[in-house]
Amino acid sequence: MRVEVTVNGQERVADVEPRTLLVHLLREHFALTGTNVGCDTSSCGACTVLLDGESVKSCTVLAAQADGRAVTTIEGLADLDGTLHPLQRAFQENHALQCGYCTPGMVMVSMSILAEHDTLDEATVREGLEGNLCRCTGYHNIVKAVLAAKEAMGASR
Amino acid sequence: MTMTDSPQQERIIGERRLRREDPGLLSGENRFSDDLVVPGALHLVLVRSPHAHAKILHVDANAARSMPGVVAVLTGQDLQSEWAAPMPCAWPVTPDMKNPAHYPLATEYVHYAGECVVAVVARSQIEAVDAAGAVIVEYEELTPVLDLEDAVTDASLAHEELDSNASFVWSLDPNPEAVEAAFREAAVTVSERYVQQRLIPAAMEPRAMVVVPSPMGGDYTVYSATQIPHVLRVMLALTTGIPETKLRVVAPSVGGGFGSKLDVYAEELLCLVLARRLRQPVRFTEERGEGTMATIHGRGQVQYMELAANADGKVTAVRVKLLADMGAYLQLVTPGVPLLGAFLYHGVYDIGAYSFTCTGLFTNKTPTDAYRGAGRPEATYAIERAMDTLARKLAMDPAEIRRRNFIAAEKFPYESVAGLVFDSGSYQENLAKALDRAGYAELRAEQQRRRAAGDPRRLGIGVSCYVEMCGLAPSRVLASLNYGAGGWEAATVRILPTSKVQVVTGTAPHGQGHETSWSMIVADKLGISPDDVEVLHSDTAIAPHGMDTYGSRSLSVGGTAIYLATERVIEKALKIAAHQMEVAEEDLEYVGASFRVKGSPDQQLPLAAIAFEAFTAHNLPDGVEPNLEASISWDPPNFTFPNGTHIAVVEVDEETGRVQLERYIAVDDCGNQINPMIVEGQVHGGITQGVAQALYEEALYDASGQLLNASLADYLVPSAAELPSFELGSTVTPSPTNPLGVKGVGEAGTIGSAPAVINAVVDALADLGVTDCPMPATPERVYSLIQQATAAR
Amino acid sequence: MYPSSFDYRRASSVQEAIAMLSSDEDAKVLAGGHSLIPLMKLRLASPSMLVDIGRISNLSYVRKEGSQVAIGALTRHRDVETSELLAHEVPILSKVAGQIGDPSVRHVGTIGGSTAHGDGAADFPAALLALGATMVAEGPSGRREIAASEFFKGFLETALAPDEILTEIRVPTGFTKYAFQKFNRRAQDWAIVGVVAVRGERTNVGFINMGPTPLRATAVEERLSAGASVEEAAAVADEGTSPSADINASVEYRRHLARVLVKRALSELG
Repeated sequence: MRVEVTVNGQERVADVEPRTLLVHLLREHFALTGTNVGCDTSSCGACTVLLDGESVKSCTVLAAQADGRAVTTIEGLADLDGTLHPLQRAFQENHALQCGYCTPGMVMVSMSILAEHDTLDEATVREGLEGNLCRCTGYHNIVKAVLAAKEAMGASR
Repeated sequence: MTMTDSPQQERIIGERRLRREDPGLLSGENRFSDDLVVPGALHLVLVRSPHAHAKILHVDANAARSMPGVVAVLTGQDLQSEWAAPMPCAWPVTPDMKNPAHYPLATEYVHYAGECVVAVVARSQIEAVDAAGAVIVEYEELTPVLDLEDAVTDASLAHEELDSNASFVWSLDPNPEAVEAAFREAAVTVSERYVQQRLIPAAMEPRAMVVVPSPMGGDYTVYSATQIPHVLRVMLALTTGIPETKLRVVAPSVGGGFGSKLDVYAEELLCLVLARRLRQPVRFTEERGEGTMATIHGRGQVQYMELAANADGKVTAVRVKLLADMGAYLQLVTPGVPLLGAFLYHGVYDIGAYSFTCTGLFTNKTPTDAYRGAGRPEATYAIERAMDTLARKLAMDPAEIRRRNFIAAEKFPYESVAGLVFDSGSYQENLAKALDRAGYAELRAEQQRRRAAGDPRRLGIGVSCYVEMCGLAPSRVLASLNYGAGGWEAATVRILPTSKVQVVTGTAPHGQGHETSWSMIVADKLGISPDDVEVLHSDTAIAPHGMDTYGSRSLSVGGTAIYLATERVIEKALKIAAHQMEVAEEDLEYVGASFRVKGSPDQQLPLAAIAFEAFTAHNLPDGVEPNLEASISWDPPNFTFPNGTHIAVVEVDEETGRVQLERYIAVDDCGNQINPMIVEGQVHGGITQGVAQALYEEALYDASGQLLNASLADYLVPSAAELPSFELGSTVTPSPTNPLGVKGVGEAGTIGSAPAVINAVVDALADLGVTDCPMPATPERVYSLIQQATAAR
Repeated sequence: MYPSSFDYRRASSVQEAIAMLSSDEDAKVLAGGHSLIPLMKLRLASPSMLVDIGRISNLSYVRKEGSQVAIGALTRHRDVETSELLAHEVPILSKVAGQIGDPSVRHVGTIGGSTAHGDGAADFPAALLALGATMVAEGPSGRREIAASEFFKGFLETALAPDEILTEIRVPTGFTKYAFQKFNRRAQDWAIVGVVAVRGERTNVGFINMGPTPLRATAVEERLSAGASVEEAAAVADEGTSPSADINASVEYRRHLARVLVKRALSELG
């Protein structure tokens, strides 16, 4: 079947089997390999992307369900010149990643957390990250990074 | 020449420098193995045994072979001629160790659920998955051996061809009479049984690999999510018969390992021989649900731990008997894992006598192997739990019993009763700092207040002091332990004509930030910007020599090699500088990336000019070769011994048994720190893995040997929502073992944390009479402990 | 990880969806997909056809209708969590919605999908049962209303016919006091045991994961009506339940948790 998806602002079209998951569409058809697969059960969140601006686990959404909608992946956050988004910068500045495998998902779910809360505290961030697993950082610095990004982005508004 | 740290030279070592690895990882530009696009690559999917122990009766692959896109469906028999040797175990810990032949595909019998039985190769992943579902394998089920204390009786056998489940018995018994005497004369003894449950490493990146044969034939590039590209290349050559010269192993971005990618896996071997047989690229990416069965597990021990002590709490002897679960087969270093802890069951304490015996046992479960800490978390757990028991028996504070037994700071270098030489440390200082940071007295007072008030939210405080042996390892010591490789590390430092610097390392980072830290070491030494230093690694064609990354070795061994190679480059540059400047070498000093004449700082020659001179070679001194480059392979003279004190504060809900980690304080001594930001990150992650063992994780099997929690929905890797932020501190006693004075920090957090948490849980319930809590401290388990204790009162 | 092959149809109206469902007895309805797709990936479900109702307009709403609030079946957990109307009129639903799965799951999963899946371990079904909600279903023979007490029939089995679609859930207002006690080991996990308690003119209590279907804590409700104290009522909380054992809890521990959590929930009601 044919699916048309706006990915990181660009219209993309693919012909896929109905059983194709959104994460397969992104990785295999659109060669956007920044979105990772870490489990089979919607548990780890490595595959998190934004669908119409909200975080979703792309391993549990059919490509067909994204037809006609807008997807933002980790590749779509930085400026075209490579300037990192303030959230990405906060991740680097707070050493919120080590191996980097969970990172795209962590960043994308954090985009949603930032968008959905006018103010943030540690407990809110921790709850917001409950569906994303990291094996390297113990989350300490991820939580710090999201709080720092909130501050930085609030200041720039 | 002098190379002292002059005040003019800015120190880079010790800076909280941001990681150069991050922008690529943060933008999705980095490539993990499964991200690599290889045109024409065939997809390997495996049919795995659903049984823990069974005889293969019949494989019917006809339906699968005729399915769309299927290229080959192959059994163990079909592929048997491909192997030059069985899968490798590099650590025959005893001469008579039993090691059943282990091939990538089972032939006659399967010995654990998840073992590979049939290889299905198709043009797409989806076609391979569908075809694998159509392969029919008939089995005759056999009795599985699942429990260690059953296994040791040999009532049934995990491997039908062996006459015992014991693979080996290994002992360290330097003075058995002294141990006997100490226990005979002890005022107090402690005798405990602890279970180190099996853990699933669960690196976030599942294993993935793709093997690309050269279109011209003969050569193979193996891309794999591995911690050990160098060791893997050797083992691939030995196992497949492909000459090592024809193999190039590349580890692209690797998404965590924790020991689970320190191995040679069936799928890596299968992709390679299938690429050879089919003359096309072959790839494999594991699904999480198969990875939890097919990737190694960690821990898996039963520990019988005994202490002898005198009346004032001084420990006089430690006696340890271990049963260690090998799982179904010996993987790369499986039998050696308990030995890495064998020397450390007396922990940070100055004791008189020591005895250790380990029996390695086969079971019909996933093979075990190194998992973060490998042997040392187990040892630390046993001694730190037992010390708390001793303290309770003597009605002594857990901090006080430790103070009375510490190896004193002035005793370093300290020769341990187990035969190690501990490099440096100040254990009293670690404890004092941690207690102070925790507000220990106030926590005890709060605990008393809650007890007095009958508050169902019980407070528990757990202390754990640890020392680990890291920096694996002096090759001669490895030889004495029968390990089949060395422990050195290789480095090349190369100053290019334009004065940019290339560093080639044999370490293989997978999250540790080596590119950042190694560039800092070199830049600090050369007096240049780290931005001018590029670090090359994880590709055997670029970095031909290496021993890879595990065992908290990379900085203390690999970083030291880089430091020494940099020193050699400067020595060579000095010869060229002296020649160019027409002065004696001893009249020059190296400051701020220039050689200058002592006392006449205006007379100087920058390193950049020397680099270009070395390239043109127009005017080099006699006997000096062109190019400014030095290579070194460094074999450390000793292990390093990171140490620390960790304190966990937990709240136990008396009504439900739920344990909540409220605070976590860690004071670690990893020697000098190259980049404290990275050090802290390692400690955070390490603590979390130890907390996970203490509270959340366990590979659970049913009576037939099925893994019950094979998904991340059921295997409880904790999330941010379950954890607090951590409170870190450090002490620094530089290691005299290496010129950087570093010790390593990759495993410290994991080693210190599980006993701290369980000591806290037991402490919370101690007034009820609870003396032990098995791991993980699940709500139900803790609740039933409370019930039993209450009923007994 | 891939589901088995299936035909995918996208319905633009409820009538069209019903016709598609009627054409294939192995067809299943796809709403958000967060109950169904995980089962399909594990090949525990292999429908021949998916009828995607996600694009049907006007099935996502929350509106006051007399003494009830009507919630469209496609209303996502996130919308239930943040609905001001629900926060005011049926606050327990917002609270429950905010603890289902994790935020990314809540952006996709729908109240209709979760309810029609009928999982006794899920949060919404027990809440709807406690509230005495009414399910509105449409099928080839028209529209019918099913009381929550008649809706959950067995393990993953509801009163919906294969060609019927749950289109709306109607919940009564007036339960101004509420408590939600969800016990799990990780925040993202299913409840080991959960308790939903609501109080208006009477006190209703629903159980999560105390049996193959969501349950009412009948024994508790009866004791309370008879004037029992919180402690007395909670002490019999597990009467009439049939929890099963799994890797997270034994039967006995679930029963114990039920008693503790009911006590806590009732105490929270004040």
